[in-house]
Amino acid sequence: MSELTQVASASDAGKFEPKIVAFFCNWCTYLAADLAGTSRMKYAPNTRVIRVMCSGRVDPQFILEAFAKGADGVLIGGCHPGDCHYQEGNYKALRRFYLLKKMVKEMGIEDERLRLEWISAAEGDRVRTVINDMVAKVRALGPLKSTQPVEMVAEEVTAA
Amino acid sequence: MSEKPKVAFYWCASCGGCEEAVVDLAESILDVAGAIDIVLWPVALDFKYKDVKALADGAIVATFLNGAIRNTEQEEMAHLLRRKSQYLIAFGACAQLGGIPGLANLWDRKSIFQRVYSEGPTTLNPASVLPETSHKDNGRTVTLPGFHDTVKTLEQVVDVDYFVPGCPPTPDLLKQAVGALLSGQLPPKGSVLAPDRALCDECPRKDTKPEKLSIEEFKRPHQVLIDHEKCLLAQDLLCMGPATRGSCGALCIQGNMPCTGCFGPTSRVRDFGAKALSAMASLVAARDDDAVVKAMESIPDPVGTFYRYSLPASLLVRKRTEETSDVR
Repeated sequence: MSELTQVASASDAGKFEPKIVAFFCNWCTYLAADLAGTSRMKYAPNTRVIRVMCSGRVDPQFILEAFAKGADGVLIGGCHPGDCHYQEGNYKALRRFYLLKKMVKEMGIEDERLRLEWISAAEGDRVRTVINDMVAKVRALGPLKSTQPVEMVAEEVTAA
Repeated sequence: MSEKPKVAFYWCASCGGCEEAVVDLAESILDVAGAIDIVLWPVALDFKYKDVKALADGAIVATFLNGAIRNTEQEEMAHLLRRKSQYLIAFGACAQLGGIPGLANLWDRKSIFQRVYSEGPTTLNPASVLPETSHKDNGRTVTLPGFHDTVKTLEQVVDVDYFVPGCPPTPDLLKQAVGALLSGQLPPKGSVLAPDRALCDECPRKDTKPEKLSIEEFKRPHQVLIDHEKCLLAQDLLCMGPATRGSCGALCIQGNMPCTGCFGPTSRVRDFGAKALSAMASLVAARDDDAVVKAMESIPDPVGTFYRYSLPASLLVRKRTEETSDVR
């Protein structure tokens, strides 16, 4: 409860509240978030959760688009290694994650803003700690420097 | 003067390689030159900007513009040529996606000037003189175009009708584009004038590509003796074939070098670098954090590798820096 009150008072004072886009896998992390909800756990309300079928479905384009459109952080949640519903999806997510992390760093986006976590359906509490921790770290960093240099035509990301 | 359709060629932030593509038409250039009236081509013919300004709006049938938009002069010319042309064609990777000059979006005007005019190993500039848009000397004023913080693609500055991909485009693609324009058989506006399929599809080594690729670490061309017939990915070389539009004739592959992605993405991909990164990362064999991190060390510069030709056209457009203002 105290965390929530903290969040509320911070936004009341017009302080920076990070926006985190979270891609949660249908089979593990999304269920864990559900469990956190039904267990009435309280955690920072800064995440916008998007359910995907697998962490391997998270196209790097989705992550970059989130940053480009104003997300201060992106969180990906998937099944633990070996537990992927589709056998290999989370390994592909892991490989893309580390390469993408290296790339966004070159683009001036700090390490803490992109995070991958394995959270099983039973780990509702882990959803809470990860989100609280990430929100605190991103809040400390401040807003993503979003120099929108050109008027970009809004283009839908379509993934082949 | 003749009633032949008027065509212009212009260059912005580019290396001149796209001009080579025109010259490389070889004897077919005579057919092209016979069918059209060139009204502007700074690299080869002595027309002045005022000649273009004197034309009626829309008097030029097509302008082939190569190069990215780096400074105010290029921006002005892009607007002028847009107004004077019925069709404006972004010719080559720089105009289409930002190209190699677009990698400057990892820096900004201040840091570029600092490097080039102060810190360069062969630079001697104790007074730290930097380019100015206007300078007074002996009562005379000289001017230079303004230099933007951010390199832009042509489409980010003016409306573009068609794109011809490549660094540089092949003479065949140019010939087809001119042919399509003259015959009026044009695809929908905004199309890339090249077939919409990946390079692997037309690769001469296609049959040697294994069903499942599994790469421990990527090798750079100088680190291996490259087999002339085998799929380059199967030799652990970072080849962008799976993510890159084909129709280049697989020229680099035939020269035994991996594809670097100059033809850009196919129509279903918004961000070439993200998709190419995704394709390459997925091929890595490692399954745990440390091994994956180690494998990715074999790609020392992901931006320079995956956005080699397309940083300005990417979703992030440029590096996030504190003070980028994007004016002169």
